[in-house]
Amino acid sequence: MSALVGERTRAGRLGDSITRPDGTAKVQGSFQFSSDLNAENCLWGATLRSPHPSARIVSIDLSAAYRISGVEAIVTAADVPGQATYGLISQDQPVFASDVVRYVGEPIAAVAADHPETCRRALEAIVVVYEVMAPLTDPERVLDGSHPPIHPDGNLIRHQRVLCGDANATGPIVVEGTYEIGMQDQAFLGLEAALALPDPGAAGVELYVATQWLHEDQKQIAACLGLAPAAIRLTLGGVGGAFGAREDISLQVHTCLLALRTGRPVRMHYSREESFLGHVHRHPARIWMRHHATADGLLVKVEARMVFDGGAYASTSSAVLINAVTHTQGPYRCPNAVVDGYAVRTNNLPCGAMRGFGVVQACFAHEGQMDRLAAACGIDPVDLRLRNAMVIGDKLITGQVIENVAPVERCIRETAALPLPDEPVGGHDRNTMRLPGGAGRTADAGHIRRGIGFAVSIKNLMYSEGFDDYSTARCRLADGVVTLKFATSEVGQGFVTIAGQIARSVLGVDEVVLGTIDTGVGSAGSTSASRQTWMSGGAVNAACLKVRGLLFDAVAALYHVDANSLSIEGSDIVGASGALRVSVLEASTGLEFDETVEYRHKPTEDLDDNGQGDCHTAFAFVAHRAVVDVDPELGLVKVIQIATAQDVGRALNPLSVLGQIEGGIAQGLGLAVMEEIIMSEGRVRNPSFTDYLLPTFLDMPSVVVSLIEEPDPIAPLGAKGVGEPPTISSTPAIVAAIRDAIGRPLDRVPVRPIDIIG
Amino acid sequence: MTDDFDSSRGLHSDVFALSEIYALHVNGGTHEVRDAWIGESLLFVLRERLGLMGSKGACEQGECGSCSVMVGGELVCSCLVLAASAVEQSIVTIEGIAPVGSPSDVQQAFVDAGAVQCGFCTPGLIMATHALLERSPEPTEFEIREELSGNVCRCTGYGRIIDAVQRVAVRRRAVQP
Amino acid sequence: MNALVPTQLDEALRVIGTHPDALVVAGGTDAMVEINAGHRRPRMVIAVNRVAELRSWTYDPAGATVRIGAAVTYSELMESPLAELIPALAEASRTVGSPQIRNAGTLGGNLGTCSPAGDGLPVLAALGAVVHLASATRERSLPVSDFMVGVKRTALEADELITAITIPVLAGWQGYSKVGVRNAMVIALASACLATDVTTSSVRLAVGSVGPTIIRCADAEAFAGESVSFARRSATPATVARFGELAAAASHPIDDHRATAAYRRHAVGVLASRLLRRAFPND
Repeated sequence: MSALVGERTRAGRLGDSITRPDGTAKVQGSFQFSSDLNAENCLWGATLRSPHPSARIVSIDLSAAYRISGVEAIVTAADVPGQATYGLISQDQPVFASDVVRYVGEPIAAVAADHPETCRRALEAIVVVYEVMAPLTDPERVLDGSHPPIHPDGNLIRHQRVLCGDANATGPIVVEGTYEIGMQDQAFLGLEAALALPDPGAAGVELYVATQWLHEDQKQIAACLGLAPAAIRLTLGGVGGAFGAREDISLQVHTCLLALRTGRPVRMHYSREESFLGHVHRHPARIWMRHHATADGLLVKVEARMVFDGGAYASTSSAVLINAVTHTQGPYRCPNAVVDGYAVRTNNLPCGAMRGFGVVQACFAHEGQMDRLAAACGIDPVDLRLRNAMVIGDKLITGQVIENVAPVERCIRETAALPLPDEPVGGHDRNTMRLPGGAGRTADAGHIRRGIGFAVSIKNLMYSEGFDDYSTARCRLADGVVTLKFATSEVGQGFVTIAGQIARSVLGVDEVVLGTIDTGVGSAGSTSASRQTWMSGGAVNAACLKVRGLLFDAVAALYHVDANSLSIEGSDIVGASGALRVSVLEASTGLEFDETVEYRHKPTEDLDDNGQGDCHTAFAFVAHRAVVDVDPELGLVKVIQIATAQDVGRALNPLSVLGQIEGGIAQGLGLAVMEEIIMSEGRVRNPSFTDYLLPTFLDMPSVVVSLIEEPDPIAPLGAKGVGEPPTISSTPAIVAAIRDAIGRPLDRVPVRPIDIIG
Repeated sequence: MTDDFDSSRGLHSDVFALSEIYALHVNGGTHEVRDAWIGESLLFVLRERLGLMGSKGACEQGECGSCSVMVGGELVCSCLVLAASAVEQSIVTIEGIAPVGSPSDVQQAFVDAGAVQCGFCTPGLIMATHALLERSPEPTEFEIREELSGNVCRCTGYGRIIDAVQRVAVRRRAVQP
Repeated sequence: MNALVPTQLDEALRVIGTHPDALVVAGGTDAMVEINAGHRRPRMVIAVNRVAELRSWTYDPAGATVRIGAAVTYSELMESPLAELIPALAEASRTVGSPQIRNAGTLGGNLGTCSPAGDGLPVLAALGAVVHLASATRERSLPVSDFMVGVKRTALEADELITAITIPVLAGWQGYSKVGVRNAMVIALASACLATDVTTSSVRLAVGSVGPTIIRCADAEAFAGESVSFARRSATPATVARFGELAAAASHPIDDHRATAAYRRHAVGVLASRLLRRAFPND
């Protein structure tokens, strides 16, 4: 049984908009997502979760649950054979809570049974006695020190200061604001799901799971199970979207434990409500910024205080925070800075990675500030941004020099030049359903005001702060067919498409077979941080180049030519003189070349106490312009158009890039006007798609796109990651457009109707 | 397990019985369902009892459209249909749209237009698009948006999906006499 | 078998009578949400959406009424000629969930669930609909305002089935508006149905999601009846504004995670004013 059998792809080189190798299976419903996997004699797993944000566990009684027919196993903290806790950066999160619970939804036990309904009844029959405590939900109480620690590691996850230039510098124009960002959910459609197959004698386990990083899961699962990493073999189950929410462990250890305990295959699937509780979210944040500028609007200094609510466990909070503080200035030159960022622990839902990773929050604040500054200076907001736009060689407030391509000015100018929508409010057909309120027909055209907003962003690519960031790829060429093997999680972004394009371009073959994505090859790192095109693309490219070198050596030996004179032309190997031309198929017939390569980007540094250091690898830039229609009286919004020019380096597959841009903007739109996990006193009020609203076909406008292709010499293929930037500045552009329509400040996302009506 | 536990099992089976027996007409065939729980949704039965895994569950409350199937000629969310009540009706799932390896025009257009990323919403959207074009062969863009508004996609931002639907409409018009 | 799928009304009423504890579903769009979440665990289910009598509707031109079977779906309510006879109901139906939900969900189900946010209900309330109930042994009819008792509470007895709804066909403009944060597939934060009757020169207004059940705004209706001109189809700006204030005053919403009470009250006033302006477009 296998989740992703070797996809076979044909035709299409770098730069071509070829279609996905898994496309046909996906449109026909035959593609196997992790939730579609099953095995003989398989049990269902389910998780008991805390109903309280903060409580001591007095006792857990499993006896009534065990009496239910069909229940095969129940595991709790006492059954975890290895390390009791896990985590991506610090291992501070229990596999199961044993003494205290720190957030609503924290796992306490897991059940294996014959039917999902049996599981549900068993969970209800587990009696947990709690001593409920008042939850810590206000991040400021962590900073004022007024709350005792809720975790042995303390309540402050990280503080990072950035001091740059003259802390006392000022300018004639000073603007300040306090911005709030609500808790966004990744809301991938394919819920958490896994299938665990135990080895005989519980010596190991095979896990099929939807994840962003197979090897990191393997490491954490092995530690908790007390087994060697090699005893845990992971295969990527088809992934129904990720967006950061599958970077942390969720059900992995629980599923494996139940399989090892019962000696039977176990499937575990989260419900939507459980998914809201069971993975990390985008950090809610409160950011104060003060900008000092010259009368001409040139930035002199930025000051900021950022508070990120990490929730109950650390996850990647410290890295998210560092991304936020190091992106305080945005894509603008700013010689002086004083920034303090805090990531704190509370009894709210744990937060971690989501598309944009800390930069979303910082960008919402700095772009709000740029508009305030433009107003204070009497300068057009687009012009103000142009005046401050970063170029290659500019220094960040961390002291790091921007070395890669930085077409900020082009992003801004090309976005501003894209055509505005030609239809009037309500459309040419004067359909009231096109207005804010949609099918609810709440307005007529006369009630509506149109606004335009602009925003620009910078996003770091790949991992930062000294992390040993690498990806592994194996390339095998035999008889004219290339087989690629990597552990790169395909989560929908399309790496499986460009991997084949790379191999075909480098090796001149038509046919590329993709091996199963599993831990049978070295780590690829996570599918996050806009890094896989660069990192795994770099690894596939390097492995293919190595194989090509061996192939050329063989051809050179056979034909007595200099291997250095050979190159690939179409599907042939040709000599420099033109005398030699032999097809790759012919040249590789009867031969086999098999090379595995680890690709690394240049090392990065830690930040020092003053936030100085070359902590990032590379950057990408983008600008967004939003046109919105607003009903000021009801506070409803309809986004009419988004225009964007994005720095992509080189579009390896323009259709895929377009899909990333449009999809990323939809998530930015969601944060701007509707998406928020609402918590009160540590409890989630809206853990469903009825109440956590995602943009529909009628909410997402058409997008006008300009790709800025300036191949980046630092990037292995000239291409930058394109996944995150669309999500980052689309949000502030939309909010700026709403402000423009109603003529009032809006400093919080998502913008709610009450914020608009004031 | 002790005998104590076994003796109490009888009591519980009273409350929660896997005892339903009925037949469903799916994709032109009749499938007997045995030992089912009364509360099982059509989505669950299609996937877990009939092995038709193409319909996807993502919200369990009719808010995402991933589980869309045709029941009695109507596009519905199979998560909101009680399976045992869907007897004597023609049910068509994504598996019934076209044979494996021979995608329908709608399916092919989704692939060609780049309308698929993670693909989890895709089977539901294919069902909804077939239903839309059946009823309205030349939909306006607004009509496409309204008729597909029950199908949430988290990856694509919908642009390429609209393109795919329009491509099919254009092609179907071209082949008409 | 614990799932019964009657096709005849008398059969349906008989089995409901013999299994008063059974869960009766039509489209299933509300009940299945609760079952999937484990909040409801039926021992027996009676599905009535295949009962022919419940799936049809009839128009009585002489009596100026439409009688709609309880299992008529929202999609069917949006179609011609029903949509022309009761335009507000078609508009309300178009705001219900998604096309998939509208293909399954029924008007009877909307009444049976009796959510304050039920989209069909303000229309039924504004138009003065009558709900027909039947059991194996008796039939009764009651005004929709008496049928809706409270939040998800109705006058339906355990052995009864909602069989049909009779709705007066009025001469005059009518419309439905609903506020939600999304442009489709959204639960009403506030909703309103305004219907005019030129034969009696009256204005009816019912509002939803702003109280435990649908509210008819008697003060606003009386005020409008005196203040608008049916002949000129006019209302002064002051009348429009005052009408909204009276609608807001009639509401008594609560705060919840979807919206504040203050916003709901404000929004329902805005909807009422705008609907009155649509009905009386001249100043």
